[in-house]
Amino acid sequence: MPWSKFQQDYAAPTGGRTISYCAAVREAIDQAMGHDPRVFAIGLDADDKFGVFGSMANLSHPERVLGTPIAENAMTGVALGAALSGLRPIHVHLRNDFLLVAMDQIVNYVAKWEDMFDRQVRVPLVIRSIIGRGWGCGAQHSQALHGLFAQVPGLKVVMPSTPYDVKGLFLASVADDSPVLFLEHRWLYKNTGDVPEAIYTLPFGKCQRLHAGEGLTVVAASLAAVHARLACEGNGLDVDLLDPRTIKPLDIDTIVASVRRTGRLLVVDYDFPFGGFAAEVCAQVAERAHGALRQAPVRICFPDRGMPASGILERAYYPTPERLAAAMQNLLDGAPVADDLLVGGGHGR
Amino acid sequence: MSGKGHKAPVKAKAKAAAKPRAGTARVATPKPAAVMPSSAGLVRLLEDDGTVARGKDPGLAEETLLFLYEQMVQVREFDRRMLMLQRQGRIGFYGPILGQEAATVGSIAALEPRDWIFPALREGAAAMMRGLSLTEAINQLIGNGADRCKGRQMPCHYTFKQGNYYGMSSVIGTQISHAVGAAMAARIRGDDVVVLGYMGDGATSANDFHAGMNFAAVYRSPCVLFCQNNQWAISVPISKQSASETLAQKGKAYGIPYVRVDGNDVLAVYSVTRAAVERARQGDGPTFVEAVTYRRLGHSSSDDPTRYRDEAEVKAWEKKDPVDRFRAYLTRRGLWDDGKEAAFKEGIAQRVNDAIAAAEQNAPPADETLVTDVYEHVTPQLKEQLAEVLALEGRGVNEGAFPL
Ligand SMILES: Cc1ncc(C[n+]2csc(CCOP(=O)(O)OP(=O)(O)O)c2C)c(N)n1
Ligand SMILES: [Mg+2]
Repeated sequence: MPWSKFQQDYAAPTGGRTISYCAAVREAIDQAMGHDPRVFAIGLDADDKFGVFGSMANLSHPERVLGTPIAENAMTGVALGAALSGLRPIHVHLRNDFLLVAMDQIVNYVAKWEDMFDRQVRVPLVIRSIIGRGWGCGAQHSQALHGLFAQVPGLKVVMPSTPYDVKGLFLASVADDSPVLFLEHRWLYKNTGDVPEAIYTLPFGKCQRLHAGEGLTVVAASLAAVHARLACEGNGLDVDLLDPRTIKPLDIDTIVASVRRTGRLLVVDYDFPFGGFAAEVCAQVAERAHGALRQAPVRICFPDRGMPASGILERAYYPTPERLAAAMQNLLDGAPVADDLLVGGGHGR
Repeated sequence: MSGKGHKAPVKAKAKAAAKPRAGTARVATPKPAAVMPSSAGLVRLLEDDGTVARGKDPGLAEETLLFLYEQMVQVREFDRRMLMLQRQGRIGFYGPILGQEAATVGSIAALEPRDWIFPALREGAAAMMRGLSLTEAINQLIGNGADRCKGRQMPCHYTFKQGNYYGMSSVIGTQISHAVGAAMAARIRGDDVVVLGYMGDGATSANDFHAGMNFAAVYRSPCVLFCQNNQWAISVPISKQSASETLAQKGKAYGIPYVRVDGNDVLAVYSVTRAAVERARQGDGPTFVEAVTYRRLGHSSSDDPTRYRDEAEVKAWEKKDPVDRFRAYLTRRGLWDDGKEAAFKEGIAQRVNDAIAAAEQNAPPADETLVTDVYEHVTPQLKEQLAEVLALEGRGVNEGAFPL
């Protein structure tokens, strides 16, 4: 496999070259295309003059970028057909809300093809989509819905929060012989960080610790992870902040180990709450380490309703680093529990 | 890949365009054309200089003509001002229709008030023609407490049930099946209602277009499916959207009579739509209309079309301006002159100004509305979530313009 040689240690670099999240996505796509002639991009406005918000601007292989008519479901079928016949398509969606038009192809075919047909043929398809809102986008232009997709057997759901992760995980997604849903939050696009120039891949299903602490475990991915880190750093909170980076596969072992130390769990998930990612993490922790919990686990998600468009309502609706900090502080201030009640000792406050 | 046949309206013989008899726009019931033109030839009545070839004037009543003109000028002024408000940060987003006024206004005016409208992206004026006040429209754009959508829908997604105007569809093409379904329901209930379903050229690629057209034809759904072919779908030109010689001809495959009309000719648009509406009303089933027009500005306030298209193309279409063309016609007929124009424009500008001032007085929606209407009764979980949300300090700011 031409991709196997790129598997590396996943420790984030310090020092070196700093680029934006958007530039890191672009570099990953460019390098994937350069490295493997089977890689091509397809999608509505994939070839637009804005280069998909810059993430596909000035690629070295523009001849391998195919704009499509507006028919997301059928175009997913086209991408799947190309994947089945040996190419490695990257299907691009500028907005997750319209990816929903392709639900049939994604849920009934892309996700299950290998499994239903005994892996006689592989589906090396990456579906990348930008998620989240701008100002005033309302209920049909702001969604993330990763929880919905993570429910589907056969899909991997990747949602990186840093430039380093986004490049390594994107290349890993292209290298993967099975379908991957790759979600990039639009508010991360301008964030910068250290990113190696070389091609590298990062493993799926490995948490990254964004902040170390002993009083509270916080699990958050994508923009929520960045907000949670700002909350921890800005307020000196004693928080063990874990970014799962791939919500499926989920690195539950690292999360459980952390909860065993801290005794408290907060999951921040910028998605709807009911049956979502946050609920899943809480359930798995309860199943594996309920005795370690000194307090009931807490979820911070969006309210269980479509996104508003009004600026005033948006400000009430969406979590912010300040709001996360307040919630974390509340949990840290929670009634102390005797250490002997905790599995494995723990660090009571 | 260059456009094939979509570029310039070619002068073609209008085949049996409707000849409505005198009456006001809203109550007129002209005789429909005996036969719908079913061809890819472009129906055009009004020449660039405002003349109409002998025998082609549809003979609309003075009142109807002036109503059409007023609405076209009003939507143009409204768009201009709303784009300014958007640039000043007073509204978040706006989608103008500059250049498409004739296609929008002419087709809507061809309906009876009881007929239903399922708009696509460029028919907000329909809500206002049906009685949504300018102030109410701006309430929606702001998303304030007086907005009928309660600040929950993106700007431009007006809804106006009293006017039988359903909300704009964000997901391209979806409204086509809604329109066909509503028309079927009207037939089942025995209501004398025709449904006008709009779409852009881009929407003709969507699944719902094919299924909707097919269903409408098989069951003779009483609807008119009206495509505003403005040559662009954001940055995708029509040549990359479809390899058909015309969009109109897609009707043929489904067994739907189809007609291609000069979308910048309000008389032609009105007449063709009127005939199609009457066909539907008489139980003869759907018609597919392609109005050939041009989106002269960006897709929306978030777009920059200079990045992807040639200014010369825009300039060429400016010369075919639908409002100028119609004004020339009215002037020739002695219904209009420069004196009237000045006072009229001032009146409309004032109307829009007053509406902005009134809308901006309204308070924002109350926080409590965050949890209402999801279900008929607010669920205990939503009540809890509201309390949690309101208890948290540190509300964010509205960052980021609307990204396409
Ligand atoms: C299913 C779906 N995919 C993508 C989009 C993003 N989008 C919004 S408007 C638009 C172009 C629509 O073009 P057209 O139908 O020609 O209408 P116009 O804007 O020209 O009036 C696209 C692709 C969407 N709204 N829905
Ligand atoms: Mg269009």
